[in-house]
Amino acid sequence: MDLFDTFLNAEVMRRTFPMLMQGLWITLQLGAASIVAGLVLGLALAMARLYGPMPLRLLTRFYIDIFRSIPLLVLLIIVYYALPFLGLRLSPFVSAMSALTLVSGAYTAEIFRAGIEAIPKGQFEASAALGLSGRQAMADVILPQAVRIVIPPLTNNAINVVKDTALASVVAMPDLLKQATQAQALAANPTPLIVAAAIYIAFLWPLVALVSRMECRFAARRR
Amino acid sequence: MAAFVSIRNLRKSYGSFEALKGIDLDVAKGEVVCIIGPSGSGKSTLIRCINKLESFSSDSEIRVDGIPVASGRALARVRAEVGMVFQSFNLFPHLTVRENVMLAPRRVRNTPRAEAARQADRLLDRVGIGNQAQKYPDHLSGGQQQRVAIARALAMEPQVMLFDEPTSSLDPEMVGEVLDVMRDLAHTGVTMIVVTHEMGFASQVADRVIFMDAGLIVEQGPPDQVLSNPQEPRTRDFLGAVLNH
Ligand SMILES: Nc1ncnc2c1ncn2[C@@H]1O[C@H](COP(=O)(O)OP(=O)(O)OP(=O)(O)O)[C@@H](O)[C@H]1O
Ligand SMILES: [Mg+2]
Repeated sequence: MDLFDTFLNAEVMRRTFPMLMQGLWITLQLGAASIVAGLVLGLALAMARLYGPMPLRLLTRFYIDIFRSIPLLVLLIIVYYALPFLGLRLSPFVSAMSALTLVSGAYTAEIFRAGIEAIPKGQFEASAALGLSGRQAMADVILPQAVRIVIPPLTNNAINVVKDTALASVVAMPDLLKQATQAQALAANPTPLIVAAAIYIAFLWPLVALVSRMECRFAARRR
Repeated sequence: MAAFVSIRNLRKSYGSFEALKGIDLDVAKGEVVCIIGPSGSGKSTLIRCINKLESFSSDSEIRVDGIPVASGRALARVRAEVGMVFQSFNLFPHLTVRENVMLAPRRVRNTPRAEAARQADRLLDRVGIGNQAQKYPDHLSGGQQQRVAIARALAMEPQVMLFDEPTSSLDPEMVGEVLDVMRDLAHTGVTMIVVTHEMGFASQVADRVIFMDAGLIVEQGPPDQVLSNPQEPRTRDFLGAVLNH
């Protein structure tokens, strides 16, 4: 009974629920915007890495390796606290979205590249023999097939992006986690934290399950 | 007769290995040429150079309808005139049969969708699979897939059709249906260059048979001469091995 009053206090829940919903809304906006921007950036990077002129290829490889190595929290703090010294002051939302996008783009680029490289050479040759340009072959033949292959890893990456939005609370972004910690302070009770955790899980569990299902199906088809 | 496809001193190396050692070949408009030869002799490499799926030595020259097979705009014009059918079909698995045939006219020629669809259905009827237009390639037999691939190439109204062992990955009972389509095609006046092991097809349909070995043309002439009365020992050995199989 005591445990319930402490961690799942109904009264606290009722009082802090609106705050958490505001936080959730911001988390979802930040997650969605970063996922979409990361997909666009990742596709551009993959194209540059595979088909760009040699210097650009090397540069993209360098970018991809750097942004897969740097801890997201470090990048976020640099963007928010260090860039102002260069006169570039970004809002918490833009800071967080930039950091998430820069990193997600690097991972997405590698995912797209793997997908494109998995398409048989004959598909490129048939497209070329028909007179399609490289760009047309990519848009109409290669990418539609490659995207299908990489939907599971892309979904995985999207899950990670949504999880990583919680880091934005360190740059004063009123996201779900930040709202929960504030509600906890106000109510002097940890219930909002538990509720926030449950909300994250409720959103991401279905996606995690979906990825597992897709991976099973893909593995079965390959046999 | 002026050559429609003209190949001069065609050389192609993979590293230090010379796959083509200087091929000269003229193919007239409407001519049907069958290329035979042992595995590794360079047959695929030769026809893949004609639409530049393979690059080749810079002192070699290939022209199609007078257009040099080079790069950029000229290459695009050549590819628009040259259709190709592969041993492994290479159909687009994410598109239906009809969409496979429609894609190139739509994108390369900007043919309106309705017109491209009508043309696709006409071509699919012609290769005998008009009733499969809505299916995906995976749901067709090998013979049907290869006929779709022929229809897909024909949709660009090519002047020349290249075939690289179009029946070699088919079950025996499906070889005939594909060869029948190719035979009909030969009668329409399309120039055809066919790499094949089907000696029956070569002897009935070809205007000329070319025997290649080790990156060179060893012998060529009308089918009854090359296939029935070969002059070169290497041709005789090859035909002996093939026919006794
Ligand atoms: N990408 C490549 N790299 C290195 N060598 C190659 C490559 N492609 C072909 N070759 C070599 O070039 C030679 C000619 O190959 P090609 O595929 O043209 O032969 P082919 O006459 O078509 O034989 P097959 O009847 O087996 O299809 C072969 O010795 C082959 O090993
Ligand atoms: Mg071959």
